[in-house]
Parts: sequence; structure tokens; C-alpha cells
Amino acid sequence: MKDIRVERFTNGKPNLRRFHQASWDEPVIFELGQPGQRGILVPEVEEGIRTRVGDALADLPEGLRRKDPPKLPEMAQPAVLRHYDHLSQENLGVDFNIDVGQGTCTMKYSPKVNDQLARMPEMTELHPLQDESTVQGILEIMYRFEQILKEISGMDRFTLQPGAGSAAIYTNASIIRAYHDSCRKGDQRDEVITTIFSHPSDAACAKVAGYKVITLYPDADGYPDLEALKAAVSERTAGLLITNPEDTGIFNPRIAEFTQIVHAAGGLCSYDQANANGLLGITRAREAGFDLCHFNLHKTFSTPHGCGGPAVGATGVTRELVRFLPVPLVEYDGKKYSLNYDLPESIGKIRPFYGVAPVILKAYAWVMALGAEGLREVAEVAVLNNNYLMKKVLSIRGVSAPYAAGRRRVEQVRYSWQKLYEETGIHSDEIGVRSADYGVHFWTSHHPYVVPEPCTLEPTESYSIEELDEYAAILEQVAGEAYSDPDLVRSAPHNSTIHKIDHRPFDDPQQWAITWRAYLRKTGESR
Amino acid sequence: MKRIGLIVNPIAGLGGRVGLKGSDGEELQRKAIQLGAVPMALERAGEALKALLAAHVDFELTTSPGSMGEKSALQAGIAAEVIGSIASVPTSAEDTIRAAGEMVQRGVDLILFAGGDGTARDLCKAIGLEIPALGIPAGVKIQSAVFATTPRHAGEVTAAHLRGETELRPAEVMDLDEQAFRAGRVSANLYGYLKIPYLQRYIQGVKAATPMSESGVHTAIAKELSGRLKPGWLYIFGPGTTTQAVAVALGIEKTLLGVDAVMDGKVVAADCSEADLLNYLSGGCRSEIIVTPIGGQGCLFGRGNQPISPEVIRKVGRAHIRVVSSPEKIQALQGSPFWVDTGDPLVDDMLNGYIEVITGYREYILYRVA
Repeated sequence: MKDIRVERFTNGKPNLRRFHQASWDEPVIFELGQPGQRGILVPEVEEGIRTRVGDALADLPEGLRRKDPPKLPEMAQPAVLRHYDHLSQENLGVDFNIDVGQGTCTMKYSPKVNDQLARMPEMTELHPLQDESTVQGILEIMYRFEQILKEISGMDRFTLQPGAGSAAIYTNASIIRAYHDSCRKGDQRDEVITTIFSHPSDAACAKVAGYKVITLYPDADGYPDLEALKAAVSERTAGLLITNPEDTGIFNPRIAEFTQIVHAAGGLCSYDQANANGLLGITRAREAGFDLCHFNLHKTFSTPHGCGGPAVGATGVTRELVRFLPVPLVEYDGKKYSLNYDLPESIGKIRPFYGVAPVILKAYAWVMALGAEGLREVAEVAVLNNNYLMKKVLSIRGVSAPYAAGRRRVEQVRYSWQKLYEETGIHSDEIGVRSADYGVHFWTSHHPYVVPEPCTLEPTESYSIEELDEYAAILEQVAGEAYSDPDLVRSAPHNSTIHKIDHRPFDDPQQWAITWRAYLRKTGESR
Repeated sequence: MKRIGLIVNPIAGLGGRVGLKGSDGEELQRKAIQLGAVPMALERAGEALKALLAAHVDFELTTSPGSMGEKSALQAGIAAEVIGSIASVPTSAEDTIRAAGEMVQRGVDLILFAGGDGTARDLCKAIGLEIPALGIPAGVKIQSAVFATTPRHAGEVTAAHLRGETELRPAEVMDLDEQAFRAGRVSANLYGYLKIPYLQRYIQGVKAATPMSESGVHTAIAKELSGRLKPGWLYIFGPGTTTQAVAVALGIEKTLLGVDAVMDGKVVAADCSEADLLNYLSGGCRSEIIVTPIGGQGCLFGRGNQPISPEVIRKVGRAHIRVVSSPEKIQALQGSPFWVDTGDPLVDDMLNGYIEVITGYREYILYRVA
């Protein structure tokens, strides 16, 4: 390995960096506090003001007042600042590494200037309960952004209310149900069809919405199976919830046939475009025959993923389905913007208010900075980057891209390390962990692993050729180690903050709970 | 020219249709014949040879006398060289082992053998990894990974081998303890390896164990199924850990390895034979079959659940077959379709196409049977 202190590049290709993650060796913040420590003191309110205002808390209803102070750690402000800076260094976050390894997540670089816009007081001081006459600015941005999404998708109306991708899919499933209910076929049409390589939220959200879910496996070439779809549709079909390109990065060239078959059976078609990064300005939901679609603004539209939110899953529908959209819709009469609650057949609210306003602002700013041609260029560069990286990765020993042999992919690839596993006994997740010793990582795939020993890479438009070269060089290095010194890979990570995590509890429903109350119920404890 | 050896275990598969779960041991073989069992190995070997002939590849055949191979060659219309002799009637494991040794000495390139796991164990003892071998499935228990999925496929794989289109891989020879199997316990042991010609879709994978963590999935499948069970219907539960777990979650005490008949939430007959099932069905009650694919190989009918015979399947009807499986079990097939080998090509054809698999509560996978 070259000493990169002397030589960063060899023949224009980056040499491997010698990375070691920070380890601050400190407990969670609740264990850091010491009684009596405190932050800065705010000056006392002046006597004159105190007299005029009286008891500021007197108006607060009794039920809203806490009886005991919150159990927050007592700490000095610089200690808090240090703690969170330490934590950030113990991560491999999007701003720390060449983050192409989170395929399907579209981890593009989000320009910081858009964050600055969202932090402006004109934005942060808004309140969703303000009278609409006082929030014309943000309503205008919502309205204008909806026009942009209509153009990108070909759909007729959008709601920006859903707070994430899954919320948007749930919205779509609810609209499908409302449509069939309006035709008095709601009880009969109780089946939703999806594919195994569509995002698993399509199946999960349809199920939460009460549907029976039928999942199709790919045909021999890895494409969604048209014959299976023909066998699946019936008078019980409510709709098709599908991704394209699928999580394999393979574009379904017969997508129009898919929507035709479902329409002929009386179902609706919903296009999961959570990640549309390879398609902006190239294909549209409308032309593929879809009735509904949704975009994750925190993927394609460059508003950062927020650890589960807040985000926006913008949901679009054709004219026939507008009456079922969540309320309110933002309207414009040529003079002013208003909120329209007058949709008697609406599915109601998916989330309070109108959508996460700062996220919509960031997405709007991103699109306006690029323009229509810029959006198409985003897609073109994302696809080019992906196919460049695929060429590099497939030259590495032990890796393959199952299905559609010899064909290119759209914006991501689901690779397989199966051959490397057979030859070395090293699993894909072990390759990923060892990669962290070089300052990058990758995600395998959703479960179950239909592609064996999977690894999903999505370089987006953000990364330069040098960065993609560096990423591929790291994978090549680790694959080489798997062949020459498998124990080195098996015992990784060696340069990270923490060593291996025991995953087994995550797979055991008896051991986890998604809320504190659920935990108490499960463990029988009452605190 | 390449030379193929053929060894038939003529008594393999005797116990299947009559619900005996195996054919090991003389007493059981007599019992099977008393119950009306017909030996199938000879005929299945003939089918494999016919498929091999149909591929138009040149080869020569060496086989053992009479029911140990000669008759199958005659059935397929092949003039085979016959070597060795049979020491006992009915034939024994020693006969198989000796015949295999003679074939190695004769210098055959590959031994095709018709039988079940017991036969595969005998081959393993006789030839180990010395020369390639391939099983024609004719036994009741097929746990080993050395068998082609059907006799026809055995012929096709052999043809591919003769054309040099296969790679050779060691494959597991597994067997259940038949006494334990009949007592309701699965204890499969690894007995060794045979070197088999490998074409991905055509070899039965070694049975994958069903991990305990699937219990939640089984409960979910049971919940979905419970909404579909109707009073007064006869439910024919196939063998396997999945069907048993699902039945248990429904409060039904199902046997692990038998085919059980269930009505109104109760087992009305455990461990049924084909005749038992046909008897129930002749009463005119409406019925459904609940089966699970064999882990790692995807067989729906014809392996371990022979009492659900072509006649039973025909009477119940394809629309009334409920397949249950964990999603992981489907994923482990790596895209290979389900397959059936009931012994009746018409029923096999009827079962081909797409079939719904219950994989959880309100969760289905549409999967191909081919």
C-alpha cells in the first residue's frame, strides 16, 4: 500500500487512506451529568416587565403543567457541545464518507445553502396555525413546488402532507381503497399486488391499510414477471404498488403492459418513485399509465434524510382521484393562496397540517437552482456514475450483478458476493464491516436476501470520478484480503469506534419493542 | 464413446403410496406388497433412459441383470451390456454395493442409480468420490442432494454431462432413521458425498432445516389460514415442520411426518394412506390440501407426501391446494420454481403454472410450479 502522506494519487487514481475512527470512550449524556452543573445563566426579567406581565404560566391549563421537573442531565454548555461533536466523529455519516453504499437511499450531497434558507427566521418563526393571509409566502412555495412535481410526473394534483415515503405509500393505498369504496367495490377488491424487488414498504403499507398482499417473484431474467401478474389479477385486485427501477437497479421495460393488465382487471396502479433519481426529466408516471405516484423529497430532491423524519413523501394523483386526496390542498385564485378543506370524499389527514414546510422549502430551492435541464442532468450523471462504478466493481474478484446479464442498470445496483463467499467463506456483511476500516461502508439489502450475499450501491450524481475510484479501490482491497487473509476480514472492524454488534436481539420479536409502553407490556415491568 | 452405468434398486419406493414412510428392511417390504404397493424404480429408471435417448447423445450402457437394470434398459429399447449377478431376491444393499464396484472396474464414466436415500448410501459406500454418480428419484425419502428432481431430468442432466456441459460437485448423501421417521422424529444424518454432475435447476438441494425463529411466521400463517377454514370441510395436511407448526398454532395436533385429515379443528385420521384419503373423499365432503414445499428443493408433491396421490389431488382440485411457507424458505430456492413429481404426468401438468403461497398474515407470494 502506498503511503498517502507522500503520494495521494498514483496515475490519477487515489491511493488507499489509512483511516482510524475517533473513539471518545464516553457514556450517554444522561450518565454524564453531575448535580449542580449548569449552562449559561439568562438575566432575570426586569421588574417593570414582571409587573406588567404577571405570572406568565398562569394561563397554562392545569393538565398541561408537569408535576415534576424533567430529568435532564445537569451539564455545562461546552460539555454538551463536546459530547455531540464526539458522537458525530464516532459516526460514518453522509458528510464524513463517500456515501455510495446506502443503495435505494439516494444519499446525495445536499447543498448547505438550502439548510441556511430553512434556518432563516422567516421560516423558523412560522406557525402552522397562523391565518393563511399571514403565510402567503410559504403557501406560494408549496403551490409552486406542486406545479413542478406535476410537470416531473405528469400527475394532476399533489399533496405534500405525508411525512415520509411509507406515509405516502399508505396514503396511496388509502386513496385506492377510497376509489373502490366509491364504486361500491371496496369489499370485493381486497388484494394489492407488488413485486419482491419493489421497496418492502409497498407490501407493508398496503397491509397496514388492510389489504391482502400478493408478492410476485422475478422471471428468469430478473425482470418483474408479466405472466405472474396475469395470473395474479382478478376481480379482487384493488391495485398494483410497484417500484421501477426495482431495488436491483433494473428498469422494467414492460411497465406499460403491467399497468394495462391491472387496469383491464379494474385495479389502480401506484408508482413508488421514492427514489426517482435516475428518471428525472426522462420518464414519467403518467406515460407509464400510473394513477398515483409519490416522491421522497429526502431522497431525489436533496433534503437530507432526518433519521426517520421529518420528511415529505409527496403524493400525486390523476384528475379522477383528486377528490380523495388528504386535506387541505393549497389553491391559488390568481391573487392569493388559500387552504382548501372542501373535499367531502377526502381520505382525511395523513399527518397534521400541510407537510413539513422547511423540507418543502429546501426541495424547492434545490430544483429552482438546477432548472429543468439541470434536473435531467442530475438523472444522467447519476446513471452515468452508477454504470461507471458497476464497471469498476464487476472487475473485482468474487462479485457479480445477478439478473439481466450484460444489461446496464439505472441509478443503483444490487451486487452479489456469492462467488467470493463460496471461495473464501467471507459474507457480504463482513466485507461491508471491513470496508469501514478504510472509512466507507455499504448496506446489504432488505430481508429476505433474494439476491445471495447482497450489496447495494447507489453513487447518485454527487460523487466525482476520483471518489468513485477510491470507493471501488477499497472494495477491491477488501475482496483481495478475503482471498489472501480471510481472518483479517472476519475479525474486522479493526479501526472503528466499536467492534461487532450482536444482531440477534433485533431478529427476536420477544426482545425488542418499538415504544416504551410496548417494552413495559412485553417485559411485564411497570415503572 | 462414454459409458454410463445403471443400477436399479427394484424395491425402492415400495412404502410410499401405502403410507409406510420408507422401504428399509424385509418385513416392511412384505407389508408394503401386502398393502398393494407397486415397485416403481424399474419404470422410473426406464423413463430416465428414454429422456437420455431423446437428447441424441452417443453413449454405451452397462447395467446389472434383471430387475437391477436390465429390464429398464429393455423398456427403453437400449441394448445394454449386462455384468455381474444378483445374490438374493428381493435384492439387498450388498447387491447394490457389489454392482457399483463392478461398474467402477468396468470403467464407466458415470453411474445412474434409481432408488432413494438408502440406495444413495450404498453407492456412497461403494464408490465414494471415485467416479460421478446421479440419482433417479424412486425412493420414499429423498433427503440427499444427489438426486435429479425427476427421472426425466436425470436423463437430461446425464445428456448434459455427456456433452460436457455440467460441472462436477460433491453433494450430500443424507438419510433419515426410518424407525425414528415412523415414530414422528426427523433425524437426518450425513453419510458422505457423491460426485454429481451439476446443472443448477435440476438437482434436489439438501433439505434446509427450518430455524426456530420462524415460529412467529408460522403463527402468522396460521392466523391467515384460520380465516379460511370452513366447518364441515376435510383438510388434508401434508407432512413437514411448517405444516405441523401451522396446525399446532391452530390448536390441531398434527403428526410431523404423516399426512393427516382434519375436520372442524380436529384430526379425524392421522398418518393416512392414499386409500384412507380416497375413502374420506368418496364421502363427498368438500376438501382442501395444505402442503409446504420441501426446504431447499421446492418439491410440493411426490416427495415424502405420497399418500396425497395423483388421484387424491385430482379429487380435491388444484383450486383447493393451499401452499404454506415462510418467505425465507421461498427465498432459499434462489429463484428455482416449485416442482411436482406425483407419478402421473397429467396431474403434474395440471399443477404447473402459478400458485399462491401463504407466507404470513395477509401476505402471499405468487410462485411458479414447473
